[in-house]
Amino acid sequence: MIEIVQKGKSRPEMVINMGPQHPSTHGVLRLEVTLDGELVTHVRPHIGYLHRCFEKYGESVGDYGMVTPFTDRMDYVSAMNQEHGYVIAMERLLDIEVPERVEYIRVIMAELQRIASHLLAVGTFGLDLGAFTPFLYVFTEREKILDIFEKSSGARLLYNYMCIGGLMRDVDDDFKKDTEEFVRTFRPKITELQNLLTYNSIFIKRTAHIGVLPPKVALNYAASGPVLRGSGVKWDLRKNNPYSIYDRFDFDIPVGEGEVGTLGDCWDRYIVRVLEMEESCKIIEQALEAMPDEGDVQQNVPKRVRTKPGEIYARTETPRGELGYYIISDTSAKPYRIKARAPSFVNLSLLPAISRGSLMSDLVAIVGSIDIVLGEVDR
Amino acid sequence: MTWLESLPLAVFVMIPLVIILIYALFAIWMERKVAGFIQDRLGPMRVGGWHGWAQSFADLLKLIQKEDIIPAEASKFLFRFAPFLMFAASYAAFAVIPFSSAYMGSNIDIGVFYLLAITSLLTISVIMAGWASNNKWSLLGAMRTAAQMVSYEVPTIMAVLSVIIVAGSLNLMTVTEMQSGNDTLGFLPNWLIFQNPFLLVAFVIFFISILAESHRVPFDLPESESELVAGFQTEYSGMRWAMFMLAEYADMLLLSLLGAVLFFGGWNSPFGGFMDGPIWGFFWFMFKGMILVFVMMWIRWTLPRYRVDQLMYLCWSILIPLSFINFVLIALWEMLF
Repeated sequence: MIEIVQKGKSRPEMVINMGPQHPSTHGVLRLEVTLDGELVTHVRPHIGYLHRCFEKYGESVGDYGMVTPFTDRMDYVSAMNQEHGYVIAMERLLDIEVPERVEYIRVIMAELQRIASHLLAVGTFGLDLGAFTPFLYVFTEREKILDIFEKSSGARLLYNYMCIGGLMRDVDDDFKKDTEEFVRTFRPKITELQNLLTYNSIFIKRTAHIGVLPPKVALNYAASGPVLRGSGVKWDLRKNNPYSIYDRFDFDIPVGEGEVGTLGDCWDRYIVRVLEMEESCKIIEQALEAMPDEGDVQQNVPKRVRTKPGEIYARTETPRGELGYYIISDTSAKPYRIKARAPSFVNLSLLPAISRGSLMSDLVAIVGSIDIVLGEVDR
Repeated sequence: MTWLESLPLAVFVMIPLVIILIYALFAIWMERKVAGFIQDRLGPMRVGGWHGWAQSFADLLKLIQKEDIIPAEASKFLFRFAPFLMFAASYAAFAVIPFSSAYMGSNIDIGVFYLLAITSLLTISVIMAGWASNNKWSLLGAMRTAAQMVSYEVPTIMAVLSVIIVAGSLNLMTVTEMQSGNDTLGFLPNWLIFQNPFLLVAFVIFFISILAESHRVPFDLPESESELVAGFQTEYSGMRWAMFMLAEYADMLLLSLLGAVLFFGGWNSPFGGFMDGPIWGFFWFMFKGMILVFVMMWIRWTLPRYRVDQLMYLCWSILIPLSFINFVLIALWEMLF
């Protein structure tokens, strides 16, 4: 019969494996949970079920340009942002100047991808708490973004659109019109989401005061992205250490304020994502206005990447936090070493610290609010 | 009694079963259509032609063909027995439901008492399924269910009792008959919900409690798929799983019909004498029940889920005190007016 472990304590505990096949571990995460009744006494995340050796692949494929598809597959929910980080690192390593138009297109793509990724995060978070309908509502919006991507890059999930020094191809003729149309129709949908889910009293009951992450702990664990900002720390690389052309745009960094509960609870992490979508809309609007209409997106793309021995670390802000690429080059055509600092992996390490003493149902909410993508955790 | 003599009796007893089966096939299709409507999509559209009406039949056919898996370490007898016990409990409770002025399975005087007693068997079958599966998720689900159903029986019973003191009978047929005609004002039907402001409160308590009793969202903790995989049903497959689903839908109908009898005049027509009679009575009764079922579906596809401790808090700290106060107030109202 069911084994109940007695660990020299007065209360018997049960060890239960949540995952790798479980509906709400967002992939193949395995959580070894020690339960006292419904109370979680200990959580140990076990990772590696989706390890696909991407860093090693990056060092083995023929060319620096061939690494981009692997970056896509790391965080498959925000592939554009992953590519953006890699090409920025390579351009800094090679001292390549990128045309204006390319920079604007990249920023618009990255921000659209950020909205798409946050939509998925918010939707699945609702799904974890039993709200099925908001999930499908946000998916409708995500579809529209993927349609825009498909028109320009030909793919809906893994784009391979950005390349070192430029873009694979110019955007579709309808790109500007489609994106403007999307931003216009998307704004009311955020309000709809707020009405349906954010201020639903059951939703607040399930997320307020749950999985509280104090700012100090967040900094100690090197958390980043909405997880860090949910704890009230105003840190966003787009503002604090601007890359690409982010210094030209006017936008805010939403942070958690403990509006309905304690500072740094699940609700705060959730609301940061929702508010960031609005900020991304602002950036997209400004970028569309300032974007040059003409220009060759491939004029600065090197025919063949020739590197000197050297190293570079470049970090960018993806929807999940700070993504860093550390690249060591030598004189050969292949990179000597590529290391990705994955925000999901770092954020996941927080889980045992903030889920102790919560209930089984809260654990699901906490995992959902951290918003991990296992492809990026394991790489 | 030979088998030929007992044939009419068997047919008589089978009527609720036929109703349940037809209802379940319809309700599963309806649930998906309601979900589709709420979620901005179409729902099943292919099977059978018109709006996928035969979807439930296709599902049933698929479930029949599925392999019947029994876990190696499971307690085999209990594992096999639990789904059928659950359905039997739901089915048995239909005996005292007055479907129309002409048909009622068993016209006993303690109808309400019998119904509440026999539905308690559901809790036992859920624990049986959860424990016999020898799966930790099933066990957690079963424990939650037991706590939830036992707790929510108290406010349900208090709400039902408040109706009973107004009606003055435990026999559901009598309760329905006394709701015939129009009320003293002349334009509203003589239904209990319109007779007493506190009965409206009782209905709200009753409805929240039956949501929890039939484990529907926001109280679907026993099979909360994002937490407990599938709760006590985790290890079940094929027809045994289908029996659980059937029992669940039957339970939903049972409690909705009970609500229709106690608060909305059962088989009485909403237009007084117009469209009245045994056949229309059956129609109106099912119509009222299905409206309550629809509201349950509507809630399911709108709200998130409660947490297990919040569920208990809602029951023991809010609903039970409220239902007791309401009970006393209804009794006072009945004494004074």
